[in-house]
Amino acid sequence: MRIFGYKPSLSAWIGILIIAIFLIIAIFADWIAPFPEEETVSATWDSPSADYLLGTDNIGRDMLSRLIFGARMTIGVALVTTILSFILGTVTGFLAAVGGQVIDQALSRLVDVMLSIPLLIFALIILSMFGSSIPTLIITIAVLDSTRVFRLSRAVAMNLVVMEYVEVARLRGEGLWWVMRREILPNALPPMISEFGLRFCFNFLFVAGLSFLGLGIQPPFADWGGMVRDNAKAISFGLPAPLWPAFAIAIMTVGVNLVVDWILSINSRPSGASAEM
Amino acid sequence: MFRTIAIRIVLGLLTLFAVSVLIFVSTEILPGDVASAVLGQGATPETLAVFRAELGLDRPAYTRYFEWFFKAIQGDFGVAMTNKRVIIETLEPRFLNTMFLAGYAALIAVPLSVGLGIVAAINEGKAVDKVANVLSLMTISVPEFFIAYILILFLAVQYDIFPSLSTVFADMSFTERLYVAALPAATLTMLVMAHMLRMTRTSVLSIMSQPYIEMAFLKGLSRSHVILRHALPNAAAPIISVVALNLAYLIVGVVVIEVVFVYPGVGQYMVDGVSKRDLPVVQACGLIFAGAFVGLNTIADVLAILVNPRLRNPR
Repeated sequence: MRIFGYKPSLSAWIGILIIAIFLIIAIFADWIAPFPEEETVSATWDSPSADYLLGTDNIGRDMLSRLIFGARMTIGVALVTTILSFILGTVTGFLAAVGGQVIDQALSRLVDVMLSIPLLIFALIILSMFGSSIPTLIITIAVLDSTRVFRLSRAVAMNLVVMEYVEVARLRGEGLWWVMRREILPNALPPMISEFGLRFCFNFLFVAGLSFLGLGIQPPFADWGGMVRDNAKAISFGLPAPLWPAFAIAIMTVGVNLVVDWILSINSRPSGASAEM
Repeated sequence: MFRTIAIRIVLGLLTLFAVSVLIFVSTEILPGDVASAVLGQGATPETLAVFRAELGLDRPAYTRYFEWFFKAIQGDFGVAMTNKRVIIETLEPRFLNTMFLAGYAALIAVPLSVGLGIVAAINEGKAVDKVANVLSLMTISVPEFFIAYILILFLAVQYDIFPSLSTVFADMSFTERLYVAALPAATLTMLVMAHMLRMTRTSVLSIMSQPYIEMAFLKGLSRSHVILRHALPNAAAPIISVVALNLAYLIVGVVVIEVVFVYPGVGQYMVDGVSKRDLPVVQACGLIFAGAFVGLNTIADVLAILVNPRLRNPR
């Protein structure tokens, strides 16, 4: 089988399979989950049984159902964040490349300063002002993450701006927005797609990390990072409760990475640029 | 050479200044302020005004910034809003703890990963290389707390070798501290090792295609000799910069790890501050983390200049 005219490798198939399963679980959570998200059904940290396949969590909710609903929340938030970050980063990056020296210098220096603060620290500072509701969380991470997207999209667009067809479009009298959308974007797309996968992985781990710190997605919503936090104490009794959600996070990132590796090998990028921290 | 280095250091200081402005501005420019954040939505305009005056928030932002900045570089971060304690007194022992943990992890991680990277490069394509590759890929893709809890489950709960909580007291001896902080340090090591290992391997291998390396092989030198004596010195610059970058990442990774192991460091203090919305504490911790980050990056650049002969002796 071919996807977009390319034949995925075995590891890519595994990755696609993992992502597909998780997406289906996330979308159809209401039908798949055996118990509601917030209902206490049994005692604290019951061991796995026929009724509760993965046991129960710190207040007796079914672990498997929480995991299924958590997929929706965690993947959903990470996905929305990444899409937002790409829209923001690509538009500003292209603008810096097309819009001339002044815009470029202003945007690039701002991004340089923002990149010299570690992302987590910056996010913590902003969340301390706003508190963590889901919209703030998404906007904060998207804005911070877009600085990374900006760097790539600007670098890619810089090489395209000097092409004759861009010159022609400008001489025709096309506006900035038209040039960005019709001349730059289609040619910049291939490297941006694999970057999307990497940024998604990063944001996914980042959202999970923040929720783990108790500063991300707030209860009663199930999300994998928060579930690790809620069940953390179980580990000192030798119970594997916090490992399930952590394992789910790990599997998902590995899956996306496998697909990204495959995409990267198709249009091998000049440098082995990877997700920045 | 000194000029290049001096310029780099000045740039680092400028960055630090810009970062401090950004930290301050991002807590100021956003709608709402500390007063409304603390008092909540039910506060009347009058109580807000009184509280603002009490905190000095009624003065213009730039005077408050310079006051905050100049006090901060002298180590005076003000008073925590929630418990009215002087921040620097809480911060100082925690800062030392964090430095201890980060240094501990770095001392294990750097030699280990650079060494393994060289071993992987020498045995390119063989089993050792492949195992190192797969293991490092795995540690990159899992969240930091996953590694931490796996280590706790096996080494602390099942076999009871190390304590699962790393509580450190002021009067603990050095070896006790090493023992207590072993698990967090191991977790951090695994977190940062992968990137350094892969980078060492790639930068050594990228030099292997150079003509002078072929010459060395044709002279009849062994593969390990060629790599250690001929390839490694030229691969040093990228290795050093990736090591510094990962040490900078270590500083950030510390935040989550400290929370997992309840280790009394700056990261935990910051997370506490954020959840209590204690802005002066958050600003102080943020400045310290950002300062360490900028500092390490500057050191990396200076070292890269020092080990590169072409930059060391400009024409």
